[in-house]
Amino acid sequence: MEKDNKLLIVENLWVQRPGTTVLRGVNLVIRETEVHTLVGLNGSGKTSLALALMGAEGYRPERGCIIFAGQDITSLPITERARLGITLAWQEPARFEGLPVADYLALGMKTPSRERIEQALEAVALSPQAYMTRAVDSALSGGERKRIELAAVYAMRPRLAILDEPDSGIDMLGLEEIAALLRRMSAEGITVLLITHRDEMISVADAASLMCGGTVVSTGVPDAVREYFARHCRPHGERLGSQPWGEEANGMYRRVVTERVCDEG
Amino acid sequence: MKDKVASLLAQRDPAWAREFEAIIKAYEQAGGKADLLRVPKVASAVISSNHVLAVNLVEGVDIQAEELEQGVRAYITVAPGTRVEYPVHLCFGMVSEEGVQEIISTFDIGAGAEIGFVAHCTFPNAVNLKHIMDAKVHVGPGATMRYTEGHYHGPYGGIEVLPATHAQVDEGGRLEVEFDLVQGRVGRMEINFEVDVAAYGVAELVTKAYGSGDDEIIINEMVRLNGRGARGLTKTRAAVRDRATSAVYTTAEGNAPEAVGHMDCTEIVRDAAVARNVPTVVVRDYRARVTHEAAIGSVGKKELETLMARGLSEEEAVDIIIRGMLR
Repeated sequence: MEKDNKLLIVENLWVQRPGTTVLRGVNLVIRETEVHTLVGLNGSGKTSLALALMGAEGYRPERGCIIFAGQDITSLPITERARLGITLAWQEPARFEGLPVADYLALGMKTPSRERIEQALEAVALSPQAYMTRAVDSALSGGERKRIELAAVYAMRPRLAILDEPDSGIDMLGLEEIAALLRRMSAEGITVLLITHRDEMISVADAASLMCGGTVVSTGVPDAVREYFARHCRPHGERLGSQPWGEEANGMYRRVVTERVCDEG
Repeated sequence: MKDKVASLLAQRDPAWAREFEAIIKAYEQAGGKADLLRVPKVASAVISSNHVLAVNLVEGVDIQAEELEQGVRAYITVAPGTRVEYPVHLCFGMVSEEGVQEIISTFDIGAGAEIGFVAHCTFPNAVNLKHIMDAKVHVGPGATMRYTEGHYHGPYGGIEVLPATHAQVDEGGRLEVEFDLVQGRVGRMEINFEVDVAAYGVAELVTKAYGSGDDEIIINEMVRLNGRGARGLTKTRAAVRDRATSAVYTTAEGNAPEAVGHMDCTEIVRDAAVARNVPTVVVRDYRARVTHEAAIGSVGKKELETLMARGLSEEEAVDIIIRGMLR
């Protein structure tokens, strides 16, 4: 892997939501084809970062910038980001009455093909025969819906797949399949930003970052980040996601810093 | 019976052929499969304006059609115990820009029979046209009738469609009706559907419509669950944009022990359109249970953003969501 091949650079990103600042100067670098996990307690800002990267309504940054493949995408709308090759699998995927699974997967594909759709479903351990014609609606269980969302992302072949807890609500056997898919995506040239709470999934990654209080406080080797997270993070000390640090951390709180790439004018 | 069909189909003069060809073309625009009208084992009827152009019958199914001044009166009878393998295909419509078509129909499904109907009503050039349907449906004891009706009214919206149905479902019978008008303009449409359901009978009404321009959609549905254990469902899906309006009035009555009814209405509103849903629940027996759910509003933000994250524009995403809901 080319270590200096930066696909995504996030610099000093601040996002305000009504009544609270959800991202506070996030810095993050993700390299081409790596699987990069983002860990942190509930409320630490992981999903907010995912939504800000995708350009979701209400998550437009007030400061900072997002550079994707060398292009400043900070002010681009969702559709244009998607057309550049970014996509997001939501933590709680939406349901679509009357929309067949095959059609749903085909929506994001440049050249839809039955073969590719079947391949994507098989990659998430769903039988194409059983699922192609089913609707992406409330008749599907949460776990099925999660798998279909992953399959849709995989079928799209994005350059950057942001996966917000694709492993929640999935059984242990399913985790192995998801881990295998992540490696497969990486091998096929898809960069993955994986938000997870699962130890098993952190091990799959090439790099990991830890979020706390709305910012990335550590980036490094997955095992080290995981160990640090496990040993030092304490839930909900003051308010949700704001105090992951135990006393043993001796007040250690370092914001990850990247080089200046933003033109903040 | 089959000799009669053959003789009807053999009556081919040039005027017949022109009208037949025009209505079949319109039928295909409405989603009909013209090839099926030529398959001997598929019962069918083709009616254009007040002309009965073709009728094909199968064992146990009788269609008697009488031409009226402005339409057709049809009696459709299914013999008791008949299991009809393929749905009966019905084609109604007018290819002219103006006029009135009145279809007065009676469906009588004998005890224990099972049959499906696929009807397409097509008015592709309607500018000032009225289509009236007055149907009486009787589903005998233990019988099943499935009826789907798809409409195509062309791009101008110059049509008034007034279908009215009264149905009786006898003990243990089952009636499933699906009506959809999701292509082209609606014009003005007022659906009136009443069904009385006897003990352990089932009635399911599914209605889907997509209005634009100044289209007006009015849906009145009444399900009376009169017998013990009767069940009823109304499912309405409507989408309106521009200045179109939709008004859905559904009533479910639980009039007997263990009767169960549910009304489910979703309407999507865009632009300056207006949608209204008025469900009425009447329960006359404390052992009955009737529920309703309704959602009216714009397309959900998460649904929209999910599709946009696949590269669709907002307009494309809205269209996919609405088409899915109306599918």
